[in-house]
Amino acid sequence: MKNKTSFGSRIIAAPYIVWSAIFIIVPLLIMIYFALTDQNGVFTIANIAQIGKYKKAFGISILYAAIATVITLLLAYPMAYFMTKIKISSQRMILLIVMLPMWMNFLIRTYSWITILANTGLINTFLGKLGIAPLRLINTPGAVILGMVYDFIPYMILPIYSVMSKLDKSLLEAAEDLGSNSFSKFRRVILPLTRSGIISGITMVFVPSVSTFYISQKLGGNKTMLIGDAIEYLYNLGPSYYNVASALSLILMLMILICLAIMNKFSGDDEDGGVIL
Amino acid sequence: MKKSLAVITVITIIITLFLSGCGYEYVELNLEGTYHKNLAGTDLYVYNWGEYISDGADESIDVNKEFEKLTGIKVHYSNFESNETMYSQIKSGGVSYDIIIPSDYMIQRLIKEDMLKKIDTSSLVNYHYIADEYKGLYFDEKDEYSVPYNVGMVGIIYNPTLTGDDIDHSWNVLWDKQYKDMVLNFNNPRDAFMTAQMKLGLDLNSEKKSDWDKAAKLLIEGKKNLQSYVMDEVYGKMETGEAAISPYYAGDYLTMVENNPDLEFFYPEEGTNIFVDSICIPSSAQNYEAALMYIDFLLEPQIACANAEYIGYASPHTDVINNEEYYYYQNEILYPDEKDIPKVQYYHNIKDEIRSYYETLWIDIKLF
Repeated sequence: MKNKTSFGSRIIAAPYIVWSAIFIIVPLLIMIYFALTDQNGVFTIANIAQIGKYKKAFGISILYAAIATVITLLLAYPMAYFMTKIKISSQRMILLIVMLPMWMNFLIRTYSWITILANTGLINTFLGKLGIAPLRLINTPGAVILGMVYDFIPYMILPIYSVMSKLDKSLLEAAEDLGSNSFSKFRRVILPLTRSGIISGITMVFVPSVSTFYISQKLGGNKTMLIGDAIEYLYNLGPSYYNVASALSLILMLMILICLAIMNKFSGDDEDGGVIL
Repeated sequence: MKKSLAVITVITIIITLFLSGCGYEYVELNLEGTYHKNLAGTDLYVYNWGEYISDGADESIDVNKEFEKLTGIKVHYSNFESNETMYSQIKSGGVSYDIIIPSDYMIQRLIKEDMLKKIDTSSLVNYHYIADEYKGLYFDEKDEYSVPYNVGMVGIIYNPTLTGDDIDHSWNVLWDKQYKDMVLNFNNPRDAFMTAQMKLGLDLNSEKKSDWDKAAKLLIEGKKNLQSYVMDEVYGKMETGEAAISPYYAGDYLTMVENNPDLEFFYPEEGTNIFVDSICIPSSAQNYEAALMYIDFLLEPQIACANAEYIGYASPHTDVINNEEYYYYQNEILYPDEKDIPKVQYYHNIKDEIRSYYETLWIDIKLF
């Protein structure tokens, strides 16, 4: 067993290590510093203590993100399963379609939903032609959750598909030979074997959903504030709010880390698609 | 034959219209100020509101480019979305600008926090063009720190095809149940609170927390009617008929009505907010002399007129106001007759404690 990294590989990794130190680690430390000090740089926990005021923002963010995650899972899992059942060339095609939207900036994709959901938008114009009264689609919590689902669903499909496509078919045959019906085959063989993909998908959808700030502004009509919106709003008010904004960011980050840790417990071994923490 | 003649006439008219905006030939600038090339090659950092300078679109004058040609100074132009964002940028000290154009109450705050340099107006050849009524304003009584650039008032834009012609000329319409889901409001605390304060007849600059609480309560109530809180999205929403009623700045109504002639506008009878955006030099400015030249340039009658036409807000520049060729000459919304002038209140800089109180209240309103 050779565990030592060679000098050469260290040299190759150096640019990124330097990069991440400057642009990830240092900003993180600055954020922690701001969160734990007051405007004069004196240590305080007052900022952290204030977060009770924002519990509703945290609550709504977690709720919306959780709903969005469940919906994406329910949509993505059968889809990923279906994809493994068809021929390879079609799989590639579908994979391309799943990833295609990711090549466009998510702000633009979110914005385009406005023109679809608006009162004078695509759907309501069509309904109007059919003589159906316009539906209130935009500026609702539903629209915000839809935006999350749409923006993040590729992150659910891809890891589940990647695990599922590597599933050993002989195990399924064995299950059938041993008398499993479809349901128990799914519950006792497929589901446990694709768990790492599911966990990974959940994390990759839940984390960006819970911290998002743009979707709720554009599709929710600015009428509520997710925690990401609150952080942006406070930050834009000026330096006197940097401390509170940093405290909120810190709490959000800790929350996400705790979620990841819990998720990791469930995912067990570091199989394909699993999250490494 | 006749047809082609008609086409030619139309084309010539359009071209002359483009070239002769404000009554000036675009090609040649008649400048009154003194400009020199001694600072050629230096940089000038300008920080302004979005869409707040004539930029050469539609054959208008590209103000920054003309200034660069004239002086050889490189203009670096960037935008901000709100006074608060601008303040936050300047205060954090990460960047330094030579020219900023904040609003009245923010200028008061910047002066108080010693963040502006004095401007020697006697050195500005074109300063005499500023109308007397915009001199000695409350935020800079001695005109030491700011030169007025634009003036505006907030009013209510509505779409009679959606609301009917018979609309109450009052802030009440934002709370009127018959307009449920058709109403927009400002997505910034100061202006949104203003709409409620006006309806309640409160002082816009009240230092009593209870006043702000009352306004906040009313805004929360108003959310039942509200379609969304907007800033720039207001254009799209009003022009397409997505929303029917929105308070916004008068000058922007003039832009919207060009795209949707159905739109109408009124100043609410309870009164409204008036604001003056003025040119200032931050104390961190690196190129003070170039900044002075730039201010003088903005006050050139021809440049000021081009900006006033491009932006569509009221101008404090006497030569623009009295120029019969100016597109908005005697426009009744920008320059109402004395009898039609609404009751107006300026925003003042409010003491920190109250300001942070209403800034936090805004979060409660959103989260309610």
